[in-house]
Amino acid sequence: MTPTVIVFWAFGGLAVWSGYLCITRRNPVASALWLVVTLFALAALFVLLDAQFIAVLQVLVYAGAIMVLFLFVIMLLNIGRAARSDIKGAWGLGVGVLLSGLLMVQLLALRFGAPPPQLALPADAMARAAAEQGMVAAVARPLFSTYLVPFEITSVLLLAALVGAVVLAKRRL
Amino acid sequence: MLLAPALFVSAVLFTLGVAGVLLRRNAIVIFMCVELMLNAVNLTFVALAQQLGVGGQIFVFFVMAVAAAEAAVGLAILLAIYRHRQTLNLQNINLLKG
Repeated sequence: MTPTVIVFWAFGGLAVWSGYLCITRRNPVASALWLVVTLFALAALFVLLDAQFIAVLQVLVYAGAIMVLFLFVIMLLNIGRAARSDIKGAWGLGVGVLLSGLLMVQLLALRFGAPPPQLALPADAMARAAAEQGMVAAVARPLFSTYLVPFEITSVLLLAALVGAVVLAKRRL
Repeated sequence: MLLAPALFVSAVLFTLGVAGVLLRRNAIVIFMCVELMLNAVNLTFVALAQQLGVGGQIFVFFVMAVAAAEAAVGLAILLAIYRHRQTLNLQNINLLKG
């Protein structure tokens, strides 16, 4: 166990534990705050996986923007103090836990499939590309060359979401 | 290497998200569980990008953009529902139930 692996498991455990608290807390505000803890722990995992730029984006976009939107809506609707738990009754709980346990078994079985050897780069390929071109350039260069068309389509998607959100949330146009 | 631990954490987080969607009745909490699932998939992408090249990290960008768009539109829909029915409990939103 190298120190990196120990730190990885520490943050991985934090992510899983706060994710569990997120889905079990009665108060939606508490759920949202535990989800923020999960997002920060995931950002730490991204740093350990040679994705520093993605980690910064994770904190800025997810924890900074999307979760603020969630908390804003929770407080706007004033549903912060739940009188009773909204977790389903015995039947729903049993079926839900059974189905998700089944899914977990299937996903953990997938973990043992290694990527085909002809696809795998040298083990430190990401770290080396980042050292050669800089962390942001290693991600940005393909984004604006190979993946230019999806990138432009994403801007149209965001515009559509913007217009859609305004139309839906406005009382009358 | 960190690939196997990352895939393990990712699988557990994704399952937690699915369990949340199945177990909760509050629409906003269900929405947060969907975000949890998206983040678990992001972790898989980043872990595999370390081995298979930068494409995985680029895909995380697109997932984040889709998540932001989804959050904006979804929360607007929840606002509109709340304005009509004064509740976000999915048990009480049963217009399509026969």
